[in-house]
Amino acid sequence: MELSGSQIVIEELKANGVEIAFGIPGGAIMPFYDEIMKSEFPHILTRHEQGATHMADGYARVSGKVAAVITTSGPGATNTITGLCNAQMDSSPIVAITGQVATPTIGTDAFQEADTYGCSIPVTKHNWLVKDVRELQGVVREAVRVATTGRPGPVVIDFPKDVQVAMTEYNPLEKTETALSAEPVFRIPEPDTKAIERLLEELERSEKPVIIAGAGIIKGGAAAELAEFARSAEIPVINTLLGMGGFPGSDPLFLGMPGMHGTAYANMALCECDLLINLGGRFDDRVTGKVAEFAPGATIVHVDIDAAELGKRVETDIPILADVRDVLALLNTQARKKDRQAWLGKVEAWKRDYPLQYDWDGSIKPQYVIEQIQEVSEGEGTYISGVGQHQMWAAQYLRFNEPNSWVSSGGLGTMGFGLPASIGAKVGRPDREVWLIDGDGSFSMSLVELATAATYNIPVKIAILNNNYLGMVRQWQELFFEKRYSHVHFPKSPDFAKIAEGYGVRGFDVKDVDQVRSTLEQAAEIDGPVVMNFHVNQEENVWPMVPSGAGNHEMQLGPQSTEKLT
Amino acid sequence: MRQVFSILVNNHAGVLSHVSGLFARRGYNIESIAAGPTENPEATRIVIVAFGEEETLEQIAHQLRKLYDVLEVEQLQYNRSVTRELVLATVSADADKRTEVLQIANAFGANIVNITDNTVTLEASGNDHKTRILIKALERYGISNMARTGMIALPFDEMTDEWEPLA
Repeated sequence: MELSGSQIVIEELKANGVEIAFGIPGGAIMPFYDEIMKSEFPHILTRHEQGATHMADGYARVSGKVAAVITTSGPGATNTITGLCNAQMDSSPIVAITGQVATPTIGTDAFQEADTYGCSIPVTKHNWLVKDVRELQGVVREAVRVATTGRPGPVVIDFPKDVQVAMTEYNPLEKTETALSAEPVFRIPEPDTKAIERLLEELERSEKPVIIAGAGIIKGGAAAELAEFARSAEIPVINTLLGMGGFPGSDPLFLGMPGMHGTAYANMALCECDLLINLGGRFDDRVTGKVAEFAPGATIVHVDIDAAELGKRVETDIPILADVRDVLALLNTQARKKDRQAWLGKVEAWKRDYPLQYDWDGSIKPQYVIEQIQEVSEGEGTYISGVGQHQMWAAQYLRFNEPNSWVSSGGLGTMGFGLPASIGAKVGRPDREVWLIDGDGSFSMSLVELATAATYNIPVKIAILNNNYLGMVRQWQELFFEKRYSHVHFPKSPDFAKIAEGYGVRGFDVKDVDQVRSTLEQAAEIDGPVVMNFHVNQEENVWPMVPSGAGNHEMQLGPQSTEKLT
Repeated sequence: MRQVFSILVNNHAGVLSHVSGLFARRGYNIESIAAGPTENPEATRIVIVAFGEEETLEQIAHQLRKLYDVLEVEQLQYNRSVTRELVLATVSADADKRTEVLQIANAFGANIVNITDNTVTLEASGNDHKTRILIKALERYGISNMARTGMIALPFDEMTDEWEPLA
């Protein structure tokens, strides 16, 4: 059967489990959009291509499925770069299909021509420029496979206009067949039995073990295995920012987040532990602080699916290149229980003595809003954040009890991620209520996607913690630049509730702490998107804090306590 | 440290950008890069000589292995590999100096590819050591133009530690 390039891409997306696309048409992608319409391929029209990439990212993180992003050439394609980079940093799969000028004009500075292939190399797991329609079937198949297997990540298919209309013979393949002869990108090795034995020996010897569980637990579907291991071996668990939900936040063994804005007790456990088992985390600099002073007394075990992560930042005693789920399955059959009441008692005491806390002064405290969101949603929602102070408070004060219930931009720290990611998350898991906790600065960077939420009536509940500041930068300026607030103040913050109404979205403006709860309850009842503009305390800081470049033991607890931990 | 990477890649468009980009992103200069076909028509071997911190180069090797089109990455050791480079150099040599230059060329087994009234152009191949000494010897006369292919290399697995590559 003869099909056009556009038809082949649609057929292959469907055959390989891609169920939806986010995108915007334009000149160089029109033949493909024509086919999207004819084939009725599900598609959400966004207002900006960056929004489309974050939507696909949020969609993937909650559903475990991969979505397509479709843009035109030139600016359409370059607008995806931030979103692709974000997905690359946080190991989120995206298949981006970018229109390109016709092959004979490539390289002539044609209208809306950009070197999408070259631009996307450093921000993707792999990318293709398809110049021959006969390659298309294999490329789409490989693209989905590369994006979703091993350590997931974004891919780009640059799709010239003439290839979109070129005809070629098309034969559907079985799902498992690959049309290219390429070696698998990732062959995941079996866990090295010697390394596992060493880990078991260390575990047996250890009096003070602790686990750091990263996003690998969630992406590897290993949350149940982790819970079984931690509970049976009685090891406290620290979740990284992106690992939240990989271990139940309600479990007594849960220690919250490590590092720069981690809990005091997580950082204390890291400083004192004698065995640190990192399961699918990447020892980010925000986690370790000064590497030389990180977990100084510990034997360090690192399990990761990506060889390039092992030993990258922290010298590792027992590196294990494997699927974290396979390793946990082995540990669950072989690890023996050991009585470590003294250690668990010590950790418990830290949790009691150094809890997360904030003061009351009659203003709306951002932490309070987050606690109320947790209560109103009964912890059953999907929670999304932008990037900034609100993100740290959300990670501190929300309690995630299942995987894929928390979506945040970790590695790249992309302000503006929140709103489009929430829309994608709602599309990916429509059964769950989606709550976006955003800052006024972060929200402003992508609020245009309110139009998308309104058009498709995607009911995301948006809580803006509005402090009229780029709050995280202001906090650093306060602490490290002697309060010289250089260009972080928004004295004329817009009326976000009115803006929402302008987009046809319900808006609330909340200035009184007594209205916080009732507004959230009202929002939960509304069948559609809602924007709540909470005027929070403007100079609230995120505590605890490890100053940039310091060791985790140099953590400052905040104004309530001048005590420095040593 | 200086490191020689031997990288076997799929013979696809864009591979070189993916590979060289990994070095560029970390701000490391590539001293030389040479690519050419192998016994397998679908594979190309790229040999890259780069300077950097040992750990960074190790990290680059891991990152290279993650690239879709990279089949194999070896970090070659001097005593377990053979390396070659081709040098073309035009040397100032009028009638007085010509004999001296030809003698040097002869001593290094270099071929003469062109002679004018004032210059001698020669072609020499050898390992890093040999080409360096030759270039140094010729610099006395003045090299007006030079092109080098960059190092190509193959590993020799069965070599012993004592083995020293000869010219």
